[in-house]
Amino acid sequence: MSIDKATAAKVAKLARIKVEEDALPALAEEFSTILGFIEQLNEVDVEGVEPMTSVTPQRLKRREDIVTEGDQQDKILKNAPDAREGFFAVPKVVE
Amino acid sequence: MTDLNTLTIAEARDALRKGEATSVELTEACLKAIEGAGALNAFVHKTPEIAMEQAKAADARQSAEAPSLNGIPLGIKDLFCVKGVPSQAASAILDGFKPEYESTVTANLFGAGAVMLGKLNMDEFAMGSSNETSCYGNAVNPWKVDDRQLTPGGSSGGSAAAVAADLCLGATGTDTGGSIRQPAAFTGTVGIKPTYGRCSRWGVIAYASSLDQAGPMTKTVRDSAIMLQAMASHDVKDSTSVDLPVPDFEAMLTGDIRGKTIGIPKEYRLEGLSEEIDAVWTRGKEMLAEAGAKIVDISLPHTKYALPAYYVIAPAEASSNLARYDGVRYGHRAKLSAGDGIVEMYEKTRAEGFGHEVQRRIMVGTYVLSAGFYDAYYNRARKVRTLIKRDFEQAFAAGVDAILTPATPSSAFELGAMKDADPVQMYLQDVFTVTLNMAGLPGVSVPAGLDAQGLPLGLQLIGRPFQEGDLLNTAYALERAAGFVSKPSKWW
Repeated sequence: MSIDKATAAKVAKLARIKVEEDALPALAEEFSTILGFIEQLNEVDVEGVEPMTSVTPQRLKRREDIVTEGDQQDKILKNAPDAREGFFAVPKVVE
Repeated sequence: MTDLNTLTIAEARDALRKGEATSVELTEACLKAIEGAGALNAFVHKTPEIAMEQAKAADARQSAEAPSLNGIPLGIKDLFCVKGVPSQAASAILDGFKPEYESTVTANLFGAGAVMLGKLNMDEFAMGSSNETSCYGNAVNPWKVDDRQLTPGGSSGGSAAAVAADLCLGATGTDTGGSIRQPAAFTGTVGIKPTYGRCSRWGVIAYASSLDQAGPMTKTVRDSAIMLQAMASHDVKDSTSVDLPVPDFEAMLTGDIRGKTIGIPKEYRLEGLSEEIDAVWTRGKEMLAEAGAKIVDISLPHTKYALPAYYVIAPAEASSNLARYDGVRYGHRAKLSAGDGIVEMYEKTRAEGFGHEVQRRIMVGTYVLSAGFYDAYYNRARKVRTLIKRDFEQAFAAGVDAILTPATPSSAFELGAMKDADPVQMYLQDVFTVTLNMAGLPGVSVPAGLDAQGLPLGLQLIGRPFQEGDLLNTAYALERAAGFVSKPSKWW
C-alpha cells in the first residue's frame, strides 16, 4: 500500500502534529514502508478468530464509585505550563 | 575488598548484613563511578542527595531483618515517575516535568530499602532499539572492540550500560517489544520481562499499555530474582495488575532442572541467521541437556507475524496514550504566534516536543485506527495476536516448561549504523523478543558467550505465564553452565 502526500498530511492533522509541507513526501514514503511491512498480516487466516482484548485471562475488578484521592488541585496544576486561578489556561477557544 | 560498586546485589546485601560495608560506602562508590562515566551518558538526572539520605537511613535500620534491598544502590529508567525528580521518558515534551506522585514499582523498591542514584537514559517514550531517539543523546555501550562507539541497545539502553559498567548494582527497565532483553543481551547483563500484570504499570509513563511491563536489569540471575520480588505487587491503581501472591523467587534458584522440557522453536531459525548466533543457541541447548533437561523441537507457526502485528498494535496504543501531551497539563508548550488558537498550540507543541520516531509511531497509530482502516489493520492485528498466544499455549499444553531462543539477531552494532536504513530495519532488532509481549509471557535474557569480535551474546528463555520462579531457575542453570564472567575493559 502506497501512501500519498495528501494522506500523510491528513494523518498529521488527525494526530495534531504540525508537519511542514516539504517534509511530507519523505513522511509518506516512511509510512508506505511501514505499512508494506504490516501488509504481511493479510497472509494469515483469521476466519473465526476472536480479536484479543486482554492478554491475561482476568476480569477487571470493580470497586465502589467513590473519590479515593481527591482535593489535590494544586498538585494537579503544579506542572502546567500556564495555570491561573485554579485552572489550566489555554489560548482562546470560543470567539 | 574489591570496589564496592562492582558487587552484585546478593554480595552487597550479604556484606551489609555482616557489617563488612555500609550503604553509605556502597553508594559513594557508585556515585564516584557515575561521575567518572560521563562518556557513557547513562545517568541523565543524578540524585546524589537523595541517594545519600536513603543510604544513611538504610544504614540506621540495617539488621538481619532489614528488607531485601536495604541499602542497595539502583538506577531508575527515566520512564518511571519518581516524586519530585525529573521524569521525562527521554522526551523534550516532558521537559521540566516533576511528578507529584510515585510509581508503584519505585515505591515498592524504596519500601524494600533501595537507594536511588538517579534516572537512566532510554529511547524517547521507550520507542527504539538503540537508545538513539533520546532527547538526552545516545547512551553508549561500555563494551567496545575498536574505536567505534556501540549501542547498548534500547529502549532501556541507559539501564543496561549502567549495570554493565558497574555504575549501579541493578536498574529498572521496561519492555514493550524487547526493551529489557535486547539491551541486556548487548551488554552481557541479565534482564527479565515478567508476565504481563506481574508489576504494576501505575506511574510508568505509558507507551503501549497492553504490552508494557517493568522488570529488573542486573548482573546475575540471582539479582534479578531478588529485585523482581521487590518490584512485583498487586496494585489497585493498575486494573491489569494481577492479584496473585509473589513467590520467593530467590529461594526457587536451585539450579536443578532435571526432567524439565525445553522447547526449541523451528520458526526462530530465521533465514540468514548469523552462524555465531546459531552456534551460541546450539551451545545453550547442549548446556541445558547436560544439566538434565529434555530438549524437544516445537513449532510456533505464527512467529513471523508477531512483529508486523506489533507495529499495528503498539503504535495504535501509543497514538492514544500520547494524546495527553498537548501543552496543557505538563511539560513543553510551544511559543505561539499572534492569532494562533488551541489547535495551533497542539500542533506546534507536539511537533517541537516529540522526536522523529515518536511522531512517526503516533501517526502510524492514528492511520491504522482511522475510519475505514480499523478493521483491516487494528482488528486483524488483534486476531493475529490471539493466534500468537495460542501457539505458545499449545506448546505449554504439550508439556514444554520453557523455550530457548536467541535474544537478538546480532551483537551490539555501531551507533549511527542504522541512520540511513528504513525504519523497518531497526524494528527487526525485536524479532525474537516481541512475540512474548504479544502473548504476555515472561522472558529472560542470559549472557551466553562472546562473538568473534569479543562482544556479548544473549540467549532468551521464555516461561509459562506467572511462572517466573521456574523460569529464573532455568536461567540460573544456563548462567552457571555458560559461566559468563567477562566484563568490558574500562575506556570511559
